[in-house]
Amino acid sequence: MDIQLKRGILDVCVLASIKNEDSYGYKIIKDLKPYIELSESTLYTILKRLETAQMLTVRTVEHGGRIRKYYHITDMGLKRIEDFKCEWKEITSIYKFVTKGDEDNDKA
Amino acid sequence: MTKLNFLFELRDKLKGLPKNEVDERLNFYSEMIEDMVEEGFSEEEAVNKIGNVNDISEQIISEIPLTKIAKEKINQKRKIKSWEISLIIVGSPIWFSLLIAFLSVIFALYVSLWSVIISLWAVFASLIACGFAACFVGVAFCFMKKGVLGLVMISAGLVCLGFGILMFLVSHYATKGTILLTKKIALAIKKCFIKKEEA
Repeated sequence: MDIQLKRGILDVCVLASIKNEDSYGYKIIKDLKPYIELSESTLYTILKRLETAQMLTVRTVEHGGRIRKYYHITDMGLKRIEDFKCEWKEITSIYKFVTKGDEDNDKA
Repeated sequence: MTKLNFLFELRDKLKGLPKNEVDERLNFYSEMIEDMVEEGFSEEEAVNKIGNVNDISEQIISEIPLTKIAKEKINQKRKIKSWEISLIIVGSPIWFSLLIAFLSVIFALYVSLWSVIISLWAVFASLIACGFAACFVGVAFCFMKKGVLGLVMISAGLVCLGFGILMFLVSHYATKGTILLTKKIALAIKKCFIKKEEA
């Protein structure tokens, strides 16, 4: 997949994984696993980027005698997801245009 | 490898990077490993899942901008002794000119590399422009009842356009190659900075 495209999609995937409730690193990877494979190092970079862009906030929680970081989505993060949905509509219409005629050729 | 070994080795590989950044990353990996252990994996398996220390450190180094690494290096430098200062001042006519010369050579090499790229693109542009111009003039000649000359012009134009297309491929791959080379050199320079720190 194109790197730019993949980067954008990964950002939205991570945001979506914390949309309904706050989540932590390992859980995000686990939740996304059925859909997209994500390495720990990549996730770190994405979380850092989203934090800098103020799309999520971080809080530390004590868990079993150690510290765990929870990520919370902000309004800007929610807006990013909404924007992505709109962008995706555009992309699907472009996809339809690109593949137009493919079916006719198959039939012929 | 145990979690502590993994973190220790990674910290060693990342020597010379901003300390708070390294700490934050190591905490992140540590939390990941502990969460996996809580899930039922053994510590060894969890570390293996995270990956190879070399690959991870390489990825981290390539992500942190060179300016940040250089700044960090200047910040954490030890105090310079007075005799070292005097040596630096006394030796300045030599080392300063050498440094300037060295940097100029590097700069010149880089500029000439890019000039080759630019000239490749210029050749491409002129071939295309010539091609179109010749075709246009050829058509004009045809209308002026100089058919043979016109056809020759058109065919010359088409040849130019053909070479132009080939030239596009050449320039395109040369540009791509140079960008890749630049990235590799940047990574090498960063590694150089970090290695020096270890010495």
